[in-house]
Amino acid sequence: MSKVKSIEELMKIKERALKELQLRDTGKRGKITVAMGTCGIAAGAKETLRAIVEALAENNINDVAVVQSGCMGLCEVEPTVEVRLEGQEPVVYGHVTPENAKRIVKLHIMANQIVSDLMVRKGEM
Amino acid sequence: MPLTTSTVLICAGGACISSGEASVKEALKKEIRKYGLDEVVRVVETGCMGACSLGPIIVIYPDGVFYQKLTPRAAEKIVQEHLLKGRIVQEYLYKMPTGEVVPEAMDKLPFFAKQVKIATRNVGYIDPSNIEEYIARDGYFALNKVLTQMSPEQVIEEIKRSGLRGRGGAGFPTGLKWELTRKAKGDRKYIVCNADEGDPGAFMDRSILEGDPHTVLEAMVIAGYAIGAHQGYIYVRAEYPLAIERLQIAIAQAKEFGFLGENILGSEFGFDIEIRIGAGAFVCGEETALIASIEGKRGQPRVKPPYPAQSGVWGCPTVINNVETFACVPPIIIKGADWFRSIGTPTSPGTKVFALAGKITNTGLVEVPMGITIKELLYEIGGGSSTGKKIKAVQTGGPSGGCIPSEYFDTPVDYESLQKLGAIMGSGGMIVMDEDDCMVDVARFFLEFTVDESCGKCTPCREGTRQMLKILEKITSGEGSEKDLIELETLGNIIKDTSLCGLGQTAPNPVLSTLRYYRHEYEAHVREKRCPALRCKALVRYVIDPSKCVGCTACARVCPVNAISGELRKVHTIDNDVCVRCGSCIEVCRFGAISKVSP
Repeated sequence: MSKVKSIEELMKIKERALKELQLRDTGKRGKITVAMGTCGIAAGAKETLRAIVEALAENNINDVAVVQSGCMGLCEVEPTVEVRLEGQEPVVYGHVTPENAKRIVKLHIMANQIVSDLMVRKGEM
Repeated sequence: MPLTTSTVLICAGGACISSGEASVKEALKKEIRKYGLDEVVRVVETGCMGACSLGPIIVIYPDGVFYQKLTPRAAEKIVQEHLLKGRIVQEYLYKMPTGEVVPEAMDKLPFFAKQVKIATRNVGYIDPSNIEEYIARDGYFALNKVLTQMSPEQVIEEIKRSGLRGRGGAGFPTGLKWELTRKAKGDRKYIVCNADEGDPGAFMDRSILEGDPHTVLEAMVIAGYAIGAHQGYIYVRAEYPLAIERLQIAIAQAKEFGFLGENILGSEFGFDIEIRIGAGAFVCGEETALIASIEGKRGQPRVKPPYPAQSGVWGCPTVINNVETFACVPPIIIKGADWFRSIGTPTSPGTKVFALAGKITNTGLVEVPMGITIKELLYEIGGGSSTGKKIKAVQTGGPSGGCIPSEYFDTPVDYESLQKLGAIMGSGGMIVMDEDDCMVDVARFFLEFTVDESCGKCTPCREGTRQMLKILEKITSGEGSEKDLIELETLGNIIKDTSLCGLGQTAPNPVLSTLRYYRHEYEAHVREKRCPALRCKALVRYVIDPSKCVGCTACARVCPVNAISGELRKVHTIDNDVCVRCGSCIEVCRFGAISKVSP
């Protein structure tokens, strides 16, 4: 680390570190849950999770939390991902490959459009 | 890019460490690895979160779920259920006194909801060994503002306008102290951070050093710029190894980032900080003794004036502030004096950190706006009595402070109000007492501490407090007379007036304040040879109620001195000449047949 010499450099460190801290922020507008049961992990849920976190970071989205859960019971369509945005019904997506995960972030999180070809269920269980 | 989805903050404050934080952390980490979650779950050790009675504590983000009273087994379960499956583990959530479970977000707990955090704003939230997390919370932005936009005079003006007063106890205006030191003649000047917290029961400074060391460093550099000093010392007691370790890490990081050393933040200004470790003598918290100790001399106070502002470390003008005072400085610079003044009372702006201890449900650290009433502090935040018995008094300000009886609990907490009651703000220790506490015994306890810790330089403190202790011992053993009460008062007042330093001058406070409010308890001891709280061993007897005793022999078997006799299924008796008043018999008696009485 070279010495910090200006407010611009200080701001850069702040922005970088804030991403980490914002994970501790409970006032989020939404939550993406990746099912990480044995079946999910076997179907590639870890890669999916990574793709989601990366897509959020690339697009500077800080107000959506990513959490993991156990098996949702939809083993045949794993990896599964649930998207819950404030004031909306939750949507569960199936077969969420890393590419599909990026589409979900682009469309559902950023443009507020449901990705209908991946959707397996809508509404509370 | 770290792939973190959940962050587990584990409180590594002193209380949590001693209640098993390390084994909980190990279990957490092991279990997280076992399930392959180590890539996505981060475990961060923070400073004290404040809720010490609930430890070990963790908070899991982003959900904000607060788990308390953990064991390694609980940690495993939380990993399996919460982190792996996303299910909240009910049994380790906080339960209200009413039995209601508080599931999420720490700030919803009544203990946290009423607090306003300035000095401890980052404690328990950031990773204290990671400078970037401090920066993320606007760390070193105040320093940048000072160096690029403000003259030293403007910095002093802002601190003066904020009304910030010394949080070490005496409440001297911080800005004025800085101004006096800036104006004092001398080429070399120094900044000293007093981290020699020695009051029994107080640990707010340790908590800040452990949980947010950078805020102290930043404030010291700002103070150095304001008064024209280039060197600072942090005087911290050797009993605080974790605080020392975290400070060392923080100093190294601050140097690496260019917040300490030459040309700070690219400016012309240079400042360095060194740690000085004290051996843990109470007197070294007194500023002139502390300065002597920094210079390598015996830690003894000297007569003031000259004050450190004129003649401090090596005879040079020195600003000496305590940890909590420094921790308030960066937010004041960033948010302005008016913001700070909007919190607290006109004469005591801002907040104060208190350490709640004794017979109170939520022991721990709390930061509240000045002006909050003692009642709100003890009942709404502290959760009231932990024993089910009525709270009788609260002792504030440690050995230099006094006892406040419950009739005065509507008093707002600020420097002047407490002083009017014969107590003081002090460092912010609050020890809560209930009806089982004898106020004479409490005064004796504090005086014993002072006698042990008196540096011995001046006679009133060295000899006077010893005499007072002797009288108190006489009273608690039932040998006291009315004359002793008068003598205690006279002696106390003489010691107050004639001692060399603040410690001696305040040493009689616990005795004088209890004499003032609880004279009847003293009188019961000397006139009736009775201890109303049933605390003073020499004045209580143990008796067995023959109508309740079934002769189970449990008491006789547990008595260490064989003071209890009686046959099976027949009423037992206690020989009070032999009895050592240990209380074991009361604990084992299932029939409530044994009680303490004071004649």
